[in-house]
Amino acid sequence: MQIYNSVPRKVFLIMNYMILIVTSLICVLPFVNLLAISFSSSSAVSAGIVGFWPVDFTLRSYQFALENGKFFRALLVSFERVALGVSLNLVLMVLTAYPLSKPSSELKGRNIYMTFFVITMLINGGMIPTYLVVTKCGLINHIWALILPGALPVYNMVILMNFIRGLPGEIEEAAKIDGASPFRALLKVLLPLLKPALATVGLFCIVGHWNDWFSGMIYINEPTKYPLQTYLQSLLQSFEQLMQKSGTDYTKLLSMMNARTGRAAQLFLGAIPVMVVYPFLQKYFTTGLVLGSVKG
Amino acid sequence: MEGLAIKTLKKQWQYHLMLLPGVILVFIFSYIPLYGLIIAFEKYNPGLGFSSKWVGLENFKYIFSQPYFTRTIWNTFYIAIFKIIGGIAVPVIFALLLNELRNQKTKRTFQTLVYLPNFLSWVIMAGVFLDILGSDGIVNTALDFLGFQTVSFLGSVDVFPWTMIISDIWKGFGFGTVVYLAALTGIDPGLYEAAMVDGAKRWKQTIYITLPLLMPTIILMGVLALGNVMNAGFDQIYNLYSPSVYESGDIIDTYVYRLGIKQAQYSVGTAVGMFKSAISCVMVGLSYVLADKAAGYRIF
Repeated sequence: MQIYNSVPRKVFLIMNYMILIVTSLICVLPFVNLLAISFSSSSAVSAGIVGFWPVDFTLRSYQFALENGKFFRALLVSFERVALGVSLNLVLMVLTAYPLSKPSSELKGRNIYMTFFVITMLINGGMIPTYLVVTKCGLINHIWALILPGALPVYNMVILMNFIRGLPGEIEEAAKIDGASPFRALLKVLLPLLKPALATVGLFCIVGHWNDWFSGMIYINEPTKYPLQTYLQSLLQSFEQLMQKSGTDYTKLLSMMNARTGRAAQLFLGAIPVMVVYPFLQKYFTTGLVLGSVKG
Repeated sequence: MEGLAIKTLKKQWQYHLMLLPGVILVFIFSYIPLYGLIIAFEKYNPGLGFSSKWVGLENFKYIFSQPYFTRTIWNTFYIAIFKIIGGIAVPVIFALLLNELRNQKTKRTFQTLVYLPNFLSWVIMAGVFLDILGSDGIVNTALDFLGFQTVSFLGSVDVFPWTMIISDIWKGFGFGTVVYLAALTGIDPGLYEAAMVDGAKRWKQTIYITLPLLMPTIILMGVLALGNVMNAGFDQIYNLYSPSVYESGDIIDTYVYRLGIKQAQYSVGTAVGMFKSAISCVMVGLSYVLADKAAGYRIF
């Protein structure tokens, strides 16, 4: 293995490490900067001296964010949405994937059902017709507007279906010979076996619901009912407007700077849940790749 | 025999019942909107809904007469194409470099660091970018400190599309890296040993073994990305653009949103959206054929 110890090889490895470290730093430093801003005083931020370490360390922005009723209310809406939405996602995915995992001989019309679902992955009505349907259903300003339109994630359902097909069928068969109905077989036999697959697709549903800001923006008109990401989005917009209007007006400038530290704190708080599940996402992601195919 | 038939019927009845909730929801929220595309050929009237007055191709004629429309399509293509190219090249290179490392733990650490932005929403990321790229953000402060001219990353018509392209690659390349790295670990080490016996250095091994074996994955990712050539990234651009950069930064989806939802021009907005879907469909079909012809790679 002399190749691995040659001088050019060593030079390459050093260069390689440098490129990898610089690239990784570029990925991480913006967050460090945001974190530093959120812990700094507004005057330090407006002076432009905050880099990657807080200046005049203060928790005021976090105190402000947590005492601010809007942030907290939006947080609760998001929790409610994730809880309801992901539960419904999981129930519907299992209920749909299980019968579809059966061959046509066991489920008449299986291929028709399958086509019915898969078509929706290829074509859809787009933003406006969907918006009009949700409006017609009377869901505007209701949390169900954020949950029902995507209640059955078809792609994840197909992954789950493939997973069920890969399971050994004997246990289920044994249960059925003992007289168990499909519902019973699903609940008592299959569900325990599905746990790892459900953890995988469930995590992706959690992140999807948590990160979605757009349905909140178009379907919810009352800011008090915004989920967190939509609330944060409205912060970005008001910040931009403030920036355009501010000019030389000192008090406006000051409030803008307060807004900047406060916003950094709220953005960071909004990212925490994803960072918490991130290790699991990473662990299960490869499982997801094995379970189904790659989604671009 | 008859008892068995009844039993089967009973069994099947339960399967159909399980499918019912999913079928109903998908019908309401996917199929009715699909039918709703018909309003692109109508003059939408809220009272009449999807059966408003038929106007034929009038809405399409209207959008094509707008000078704004061609500009939007051009912007969409321009931003999307460079995102696709960079979104393939950067993770392939990064995965190849990462693959040279022997220590699995170090490899994993790098992977963890670059993969995180992928899972954060564009709202959070837009907040980060608004902060670091602003006139008094850390990037411009650093440029100023080093004696360079400051850049209006989000306010300049010339720079804005590239800010979008680079920040999108920045956010997404961790995903590609994970995929390519998985493909790289699947390569038979015996091939490298044979090449070394033949005297091939690491660089030659990369050109003649690694890249060809990585090609199917690259093509697969490329084809999947081509289907997105009309999606230049609504979430990202909507949260970062402003009227001053509409000229180079306004894309079809943001245009549809402003036209259709904000100004409530439902029919015209749907017509624009439909035009986009039609091109997307052609592009997806084309890319599948290309992948098959160019590399003998069949997805279906």
